[in-house]
Amino acid sequence: MERTTLDLWVGMFVVAGAAALVMLAMKVGNLGTYNVSETYQVHAYFSNIGGLKPKASIRSAGVLVGRVTSISLDTEKYEANVVMNIDKRYAFPKDTFANILTSGLLGEQYIGLMPGGETDMLKDGGLISQTQSAMVLEDLIGKFMYSKAAEAAK
Amino acid sequence: MAVVSTIRAIGHRIVNMVWRIGVAARFFFLTLRYSGTSFSRFHLIIKELFSTGVMSLIIIVVAGLFVGMVLGLQGYETLKRYGSESALGVMVALGLVRELGPVMAALLFASRAGSSMTAEIGLMKATEQISAMEMMAVNPIARIVAPRFWAGVISMPLLAALFSAVGIFGGYLVGVVQIGVDEGSFWSQMQAAVDFREDIMNGVIKSFVFGTVVTVIALFEGFDAPPTAEGVSGATTRTVVTSSLAILMLDFVLTAIMFRGA
Repeated sequence: MERTTLDLWVGMFVVAGAAALVMLAMKVGNLGTYNVSETYQVHAYFSNIGGLKPKASIRSAGVLVGRVTSISLDTEKYEANVVMNIDKRYAFPKDTFANILTSGLLGEQYIGLMPGGETDMLKDGGLISQTQSAMVLEDLIGKFMYSKAAEAAK
Repeated sequence: MAVVSTIRAIGHRIVNMVWRIGVAARFFFLTLRYSGTSFSRFHLIIKELFSTGVMSLIIIVVAGLFVGMVLGLQGYETLKRYGSESALGVMVALGLVRELGPVMAALLFASRAGSSMTAEIGLMKATEQISAMEMMAVNPIARIVAPRFWAGVISMPLLAALFSAVGIFGGYLVGVVQIGVDEGSFWSQMQAAVDFREDIMNGVIKSFVFGTVVTVIALFEGFDAPPTAEGVSGATTRTVVTSSLAILMLDFVLTAIMFRGA
């Protein structure tokens, strides 16, 4: 074992590469904000989810509390079933209100949770029954134009 | 008659190409088969890691820094029109981690390390060192090819990660330090948008694939080179051309598989 300077250089190379990967994971990626297995799952039905996607954030009072895990169409109700993982540290009352909101005018959509007043808390696998659908820009414009036309007809 | 001979020449080239692909595949499997022996003598791999990985560090770091800086500058100019300069971090990071990091690092690696591998092995063959080894019952694939192959496969993801990290730093230098994009939104939007498994790991997988392909092409061209000065120079050129094209084509295929509909 005499090639020590060579080993040193190769060691430095490997350490630098590994450090770059760790830096990418922590500083650039979202691994630093992950909480592995410390979540509970709840779901909610929305009549229209707009542009909500899996992995969209779930916020309460603006604080990130969880992520959307999956979205599917329930063919009995014909409503979107949104499953979300919420951080175990945050418990929400049973009558929490789930709202699909948009960050900024054209930004990405997320779910906002507004806690109600009940003392019973949502459990793993629980259902959020009070929801409000996404605001769809086309609908809004349609409504606006309809009301304008109605005004003009008067 | 000219038509016939042209068609015959084209057919000959195609058959020859398929033949070479077959030989290259057999060469690849032989390399994998004799890898065990080279792992038991790990100092051989260390030596090759030095000449492929460590010696490529400077070109990777400098290229990464400048690519990141250009991305920062161009990205800012475009994003400014839509008033979303704060998304600069996202653009720089995703561009580097998903595409530019693995692809540019692999292209640089092919021309920096791949060409020298081909030239080295081709020259060994031309000076009959490989035949001498076979004469001494030393398997040249286990002794020469396998350590170089593993050195390439190991160092490629590390180099790509370094390229991306340095590039993001370059984007930060231009975007935040020089132009004055808000530092908080630069990093926080980046962290919100870049997913570890989807983006970073897929980039690592890409660079792993590129590393395998580039080293196999370089080693095969060297091993297959006609043992003349002209043959070695032709093989070196072919290494750079073939592996660059292979990287770009494979990148499209991998991107289509990994990021479809995402």
